[in-house]
Amino acid sequence: MRAWRVASLLLILAVAAPSAPADGRPGEETLQIGWLSQATKRILPLSYLDQLPADEGIQGARLGIVDNETTGRFTGQSFTLVETIAPENGNVAPGLRELSAKGVQLVVTDLVAPALLSVADLPEAAGVTFFNTRSADDRLRAEDCRANILHLLPSRAMLADALIQYLVAKRWQDLMLAVGRGDGDREFASDVRHAARKFQAHIVQEKPWTFVPGARRTDTGHFAIQAEVARFTQGISYDVLVVADEEDEFGDDLSYRTFDPRPVAGTQGLVPSAWARPHEQWGATQLQERFLHQAKRWMTDRDYAAWMAVRAIGEAATRSTSTNPATIVGFMRSGHFELAAYKGARLSFRSWDGQLRQPVLLADARSLVSVSPQPGFLHQSSELDTLGVDKPETKCRMG
Amino acid sequence: MPNGLIMVLAIASLCAIEGAAADTIYVSNEKDNTITVVDGANLTPVKTIPVGQRPRGIVLSKDAKSLYICASDSDHIEVLDLAAEKIARTLPSGADPEFFALDPSGKLLYIANEDDNLVTIVDTDRSQVVTEIPVGVEPEGMGISPDGKYLVNTSETTNMAHVIDTATRQVVANILVDSRPRRAEWTADGAQFWVSAEIGGTVSVVDAAKREIVKRITFAVPGVPNEAIQPVGVAITRDRRLAFVALGPANRVAVIDAQSYEVMRYLLVGQRVWSLAFNPDQSRVYTTNGVSNDISVIDVGSQKVVKSVPVGQAPWGVVSRP
Repeated sequence: MRAWRVASLLLILAVAAPSAPADGRPGEETLQIGWLSQATKRILPLSYLDQLPADEGIQGARLGIVDNETTGRFTGQSFTLVETIAPENGNVAPGLRELSAKGVQLVVTDLVAPALLSVADLPEAAGVTFFNTRSADDRLRAEDCRANILHLLPSRAMLADALIQYLVAKRWQDLMLAVGRGDGDREFASDVRHAARKFQAHIVQEKPWTFVPGARRTDTGHFAIQAEVARFTQGISYDVLVVADEEDEFGDDLSYRTFDPRPVAGTQGLVPSAWARPHEQWGATQLQERFLHQAKRWMTDRDYAAWMAVRAIGEAATRSTSTNPATIVGFMRSGHFELAAYKGARLSFRSWDGQLRQPVLLADARSLVSVSPQPGFLHQSSELDTLGVDKPETKCRMG
Repeated sequence: MPNGLIMVLAIASLCAIEGAAADTIYVSNEKDNTITVVDGANLTPVKTIPVGQRPRGIVLSKDAKSLYICASDSDHIEVLDLAAEKIARTLPSGADPEFFALDPSGKLLYIANEDDNLVTIVDTDRSQVVTEIPVGVEPEGMGISPDGKYLVNTSETTNMAHVIDTATRQVVANILVDSRPRRAEWTADGAQFWVSAEIGGTVSVVDAAKREIVKRITFAVPGVPNEAIQPVGVAITRDRRLAFVALGPANRVAVIDAQSYEVMRYLLVGQRVWSLAFNPDQSRVYTTNGVSNDISVIDVGSQKVVKSVPVGQAPWGVVSRP
């Protein structure tokens, strides 16, 4: 039986220091930030080179705390992370109740959409603000949006818009779309179609990917994959093969194997993302190095989103000179809030759906290719709002 | 071309040449691991000197015989002998030195250690670390007051200007400024220091005695997205009449009336303009342009860009030597 990883630790702290929260320095105000995630089984990735880390996300949150603490030394504010990890396939609600009982009102979540919604709607979630650092699902920013959730990762719609803007700027407008079997793949494909309409690209053909290559480590297995991809793309006239394969089931097997020589973009190849290993502009090298030093591995999108969530809280605490969660969230949602997050822009939250407006990186494994929004895609208030769902189109109705 | 315009250009270039006593310009090239030497008289590159890894901040020694160089990825300071054009010795610096300031006596270097959240003080004669002062996340800008009594350090992620008393080596004040503060530049009279905020897009003018922000200068360049306006380098004339602010990817230098704080004009320079330096008589401002790999030369009198000079890859710092 899996136990709550931190339950016993929290109990000890609660007994040892009933009034003062953990780690606080004397004379300082302490803000507790909750971390709520759920254990998942690791899946063998298609590329053996990229092993999924077991501590994805939380390492970013921990680094955010370190950064907040350094600033807090000068402002008399202290920050602690209360880490809670729900068991695999179990209910996440006890985790939130645990945090709520400790008085935690700002909760960074590393949860998929159904689990996040299940806790956001609990009675104990009244007065709690959630920071979604895991799910890119559009519905969380649309029909299933909640007034108590802010979103740090770009939505799939933002990712698709960022990619299509770049392809249109390159005048590579005829696209072939290969779609995997996951729900996320179907949503990303739908976002790509929508972006193509919006920015005047053309989906020449869309095909589901159904080929199951079997044991990929079989000797000579590459022959079968190479032949299948050539067949899959033969007889179609297009500029770029756009792939929707979030689980990495086949996307890495497309490049160099198409019938005509065409680049691959989407979830593999040229990838739109919140963060990327090759990113070193706007001081990003410093964050990459701090993270590498702490976690002994590269920062992922989820780590970056968690770092941004904790930093956004710290920044709002500094600027509002308060450790009161309601004051902090109020400031964060105000027009005065801006977060610097190594992407050369001021980031802030969209009022209509709680989404963090941000540039989207376009990178392959080794180099940063571009950063969207692309020059020339104009917007009346912020060019960052050319990515994703803008105010007039939002389906989010917060109660 | 109309004759009148030719005349104007001829006069402008004449002024530029006359206005400059023969200075020598040194530029650190972050990606090349070199220093480019530019002849200030005819504004042509004359030499490239190999130095340590990732040279960024540079400052002249008090006698102007040496150039101190932050070799960021070599984790030390190099002392370039300007007569021999060779590295004479190295100084300890703490990890990842990015930028520094020399105290008015010329003996102490105050160094920002970007990765360690420290300011390191180094004795240049003894080649020794004197002490370390903990500051905010990613210390960057270093400005020392003309009387040497106070050091202002900016921390990029903490978004503060830390005022450090150089006698007690204690942080005595923390001033919250806009996002990602880069440079802290004192006025020659010691009454103010100006702090640029790269992501905030502003320059805060701080009253040094009261330690309060007296003015937040904002920028708007027609046709340039607001997000591309990222102030970094600041240069203020000795008489505090004019200030120049490098606006990063906006590819402009703002010229500011330093008394009224009004932005008078924007000068188009190279791409991603970063550091600024006056020549000795302050008739020119030199800018490093990190993306176009050149420096621009601004004539202060006419407030015009008179020349660009190719240097190495990713030029970072610039100084002018009499």
